[in-house]
Amino acid sequence: MIKLDKVNKSFDDKKVLNDVSIIFEEGKTNLIIGQSGSGKTVLLKSIIGLHEVDSGGIFYNDRDFTKLNLKSRKNIRKEMGMVFQGGALFDSLNVEQNVLFPLDMFSEMTKSEKQDRVNFCLNRVDITNANHLYPSEISGGMQKRVAIARAIALNPKYLFCDEPNSGLDPVTAIVIDNLIQEITKEFNITTIINTHDMNSVMEIGENILFISKGFKAWQGHKSEIFDTDNKDLNNFVFASELYKKIKKSI
Amino acid sequence: MNLFEHVGKFSRFLILIVSKPEKGRLFFTQIIREIHKLGINSIGIVVIISLFMGAVIALQTAYNLMNPFLPDYLVGYTTRESMILEFSSTIVGLILAGKVGSNIASEIGSMRVTEQIDALEIMGINSASYLILPKIVAAIFINPFLYVLSVFVGILGGLTASYLTGTVPLSEFIYGTQFGFIPYYISYSLIKTIVFAFIITAVPSYYGYYVKGGALEVGKASTKAVVNSSILILLANVILTQILLK
Repeated sequence: MIKLDKVNKSFDDKKVLNDVSIIFEEGKTNLIIGQSGSGKTVLLKSIIGLHEVDSGGIFYNDRDFTKLNLKSRKNIRKEMGMVFQGGALFDSLNVEQNVLFPLDMFSEMTKSEKQDRVNFCLNRVDITNANHLYPSEISGGMQKRVAIARAIALNPKYLFCDEPNSGLDPVTAIVIDNLIQEITKEFNITTIINTHDMNSVMEIGENILFISKGFKAWQGHKSEIFDTDNKDLNNFVFASELYKKIKKSI
Repeated sequence: MNLFEHVGKFSRFLILIVSKPEKGRLFFTQIIREIHKLGINSIGIVVIISLFMGAVIALQTAYNLMNPFLPDYLVGYTTRESMILEFSSTIVGLILAGKVGSNIASEIGSMRVTEQIDALEIMGINSASYLILPKIVAAIFINPFLYVLSVFVGILGGLTASYLTGTVPLSEFIYGTQFGFIPYYISYSLIKTIVFAFIITAVPSYYGYYVKGGALEVGKASTKAVVNSSILILLANVILTQILLK
């Protein structure tokens, strides 16, 4: 479980996050949604510690990340997995070496145990016969799958995904969304996904935080999203013709 | 950003780099890889440039010292002194600042803009130390070997050019390469080479590590890295020469 308590963040004079409080639950796919520039990426980067917050608390199972020293933060980071927007696979390493990397750095496993774990993670994301290919030699969808395999290699308690299906075709995007949801349930991970893709929201949104102009504007389940009277959220959800038609048909 | 801000930021960057590596075995593997990438892969360019520069130094000296009062062995002597004192340390340093420096800045810069450095940080790895310390250690280790190689190849180039053009008898050239040899000059140049190796790796790493934006900014960072590391090499050359040869 990750709890945010009145998180504030500014860049120079511009306030990007205003008193954001929420609980991201374990075993659920928690989504942060909002328009571009609404502050969702800053929020995600603040949660994982890539940005320092100005005030407020970020609690990882009662451990306030903002108050921890570097060593303690490092220990929490070993419990995190992250899937970046572009995959962020290491160019100089092949698929297998990318997944092996966190194991080499932090686990005390034997060589064969590490290899078993790599094979397990790659099988779990349906990557076969690509172990020796480099990131530049595989498709965007495969890169995302390898990034997920790398993120779960160390059995993380927390999984963060920044726009995991951006740049993917709708079919592959849904496959990636479902894969993240399955992994979340299977390993009981606290997963936070940053997205502005309404298809993802409707596919896997169990706990949705809508951010608007740096404020927490709405929170709820995907089943509640069509019934909200929040104007900003309605503008966001029904921006496309498809969702306008869906609304009319309801 | 002004000069003082850069100095402050660079100092903080160095503190970040100099921390205990995550795993000794992996750190050693990284160093070996960097020695290959930064050093072994530079042997070709060092050999070619040193060979031709040695030849040119010998020929220019020979044609400018055509005087019956000056002994022929001065050509060999001048070639050796030029290679040992300046060319093999400073000029090779400047060439490597271009080749290795742009490579490092663009590599680290690309890792930054494609979030690979963020990925390392999220894993709890000190990305600066993991990526950059092996490069610095590798360059400090391998560049003195490149220096020695450059000196030998340069003298060989001078000897070959003198022999082929017939400007200086072979025996006179060889005598000149042994005449008035001061071993301390080798130490002086090796110290310079080590300092330059640090500049060649640390400065481009700094520009690459803090790049913001996309491909365009990576290119700009790479250019800045080469220009500024070259200037720093020239500045360090003057300071070290004053300190070590006074």
